[in-house]
Amino acid sequence: MLILECPYCGVMADETDLHGGGEAHLKRYGPGSSDEDFQTYLFHRANPKGVHFERWRHVSGCGKWFHAARNTMTLEVYGTYSAQTYEPPKAIINAVKKKHPEWEGPNMGEAK
Amino acid sequence: MRRYSAFAIAREAARYHQGWERAWASPKPKKKYDVVIVGAGGHGLATAFYLGKNFGITNVAIIEKGWLGGGNTGRNTTIIRSNYLQDPSAAIYEKARSLYETMSQDLNYNVMFSPRGVMMLAQTESEVRGYVRTAHANALQGVTTEFISPQRVKELVPIMNIDGPRYPVLGALWQARAGTARHDAVAWGYARACSDMGMDIIQKCEVTGVRQSGGKVTGVDTTQGQIDCDKLAMLVAGNASHLADMAGFRLPMESVALQALVSEPIKPCIDVVVMANTVHGYMSQSDKGELVIGGGTDGYNNYTQRGSFHHVEETVRALVETFPIISRLKMLRQWGGIVDVTGDRSPIIGKTPLGNCFINCGWGTGGFKSIPGSGWAMAETVAKGEPGALASEFGLDRFTEGRFIDESVAAGVAH
Ligand SMILES: Cc1cc2nc3c(=O)[nH]c(=O)nc-3n(C[C@H](O)[C@H](O)[C@H](O)COP(=O)(O)OP(=O)(O)OC[C@H]3O[C@@H](n4cnc5c(N)ncnc54)[C@H](O)[C@@H]3O)c2cc1C
Ligand SMILES: [Zn+2]
Repeated sequence: MLILECPYCGVMADETDLHGGGEAHLKRYGPGSSDEDFQTYLFHRANPKGVHFERWRHVSGCGKWFHAARNTMTLEVYGTYSAQTYEPPKAIINAVKKKHPEWEGPNMGEAK
Repeated sequence: MRRYSAFAIAREAARYHQGWERAWASPKPKKKYDVVIVGAGGHGLATAFYLGKNFGITNVAIIEKGWLGGGNTGRNTTIIRSNYLQDPSAAIYEKARSLYETMSQDLNYNVMFSPRGVMMLAQTESEVRGYVRTAHANALQGVTTEFISPQRVKELVPIMNIDGPRYPVLGALWQARAGTARHDAVAWGYARACSDMGMDIIQKCEVTGVRQSGGKVTGVDTTQGQIDCDKLAMLVAGNASHLADMAGFRLPMESVALQALVSEPIKPCIDVVVMANTVHGYMSQSDKGELVIGGGTDGYNNYTQRGSFHHVEETVRALVETFPIISRLKMLRQWGGIVDVTGDRSPIIGKTPLGNCFINCGWGTGGFKSIPGSGWAMAETVAKGEPGALASEFGLDRFTEGRFIDESVAAGVAH
């Protein structure tokens, strides 16, 4: 069972108490943007094999959205952090790099 | 290729089965092919088969990182049906279902297609409305389905409890010509036919990079060296985003684990496939007597072919409620596969931003049923460089244009 610590209420929550919200830190495009950018924002996902930054909601707890850094291959969790940020904090990046020195850093959803 | 037949069995029985030949060759890769297909699952193999059969293209390699049919094709619960809502889906799934009817003869390989009937239970008012609508849509599409009463459901499946306390059965969408087939045999049958046409099936060979020059694909890097090609076709299901990343583009897709389990074998007790979308579970009985059970996908991206354990409980709980007689059954095995889920729950077939590179993915939780139809459509796309009638609606461009093929109702549960 996947267990994540909610950064708001500090509870170690089981996945059955959480709701996954997909890739985090997407660059948002609104009205007036190009079709390509809008499509990228709405549908394209990095879907990596490995380190993934993602959104979660503590539905059966405090109800708040937060972020987590997790590995999609090994299911290890590098840490969770507040949703009030546009990019992963240094401490999280360092936690990932400590485990995987070869990791190239977050792929922040640039449109390709 | 020596044909399989009743006579062949008698012949081999008379000589201690010494004369059976290998079903397919295991060659070393050549330097270059006209078409390289990545992924020897059902879709990759069917694409190769129809490239040869319909277009005479046989200088083809099918590259597989594991063993052929070892991906989702060998992990699925084998439901075959074509009662989808939207016209483009009905067209390709019905094409596939009809090709399944003659597949054993076409491939000279027994794929054990069993059109035993598939029943999708309606257990809420909105499901009743949804399925009645699908039945009407199917009538217009020429796909024979009907909405049946709870009494008819009980006649067809006597072991079902139709008066459950939470979700009594209010009716069902019934497709009598739908059913199941032997998943491994589908992969093996295509592999044998492709090998016989002179194609190279290269197993234990992982594609690690996509080579390109001037916006066009030129080949792939693999764990067995560089292999050049004029055209590249990627059919790697849950690994599609990973392959797309190598080729330099992104897909509107996410990968999650979907799991299934089988019980100990018991005497025949259910001779149709039952799917219960509201309670999230489905079940059929294999020829060996095992109950084949499937349930929900994980709620987060992952590439571990296991699946979350609590889904097992949810699935089994739902099915015990629906079929009380299974409450004492022991489960024998559980496994998972990585399914490729798109925003509108419909597949992607067509061209990619990279020239001469084609993709077929996004079949998600329900692409076993479509293998022959998908291979047919993909072969045409690769051979002609443009999608034909069956594939054209499924292009990547539908996400830019907002032209979705919304099957979230029809594909609501994983199957
Ligand atoms: C538990 C479960 C139950 C299901 N039940 C049903 C059902 O009842 N009915 C139904 O219609 N569908 C069902 N499905 C869905 C169905 O299994 C899939 O949609 C279908 O099998 C996909 O076939 P494929 O050929 O595209 O993929 P796969 O069979 O997964 O083949 C892709 C192949 O690509 C290979 N590959 C990946 N990356 C590389 C690389 N880098 N280099 C070389 N090779 C690579 C993989 O090893 C794999 O063998 C189910 C799936 C699961 C997991
Ligand atoms: Zn909380």
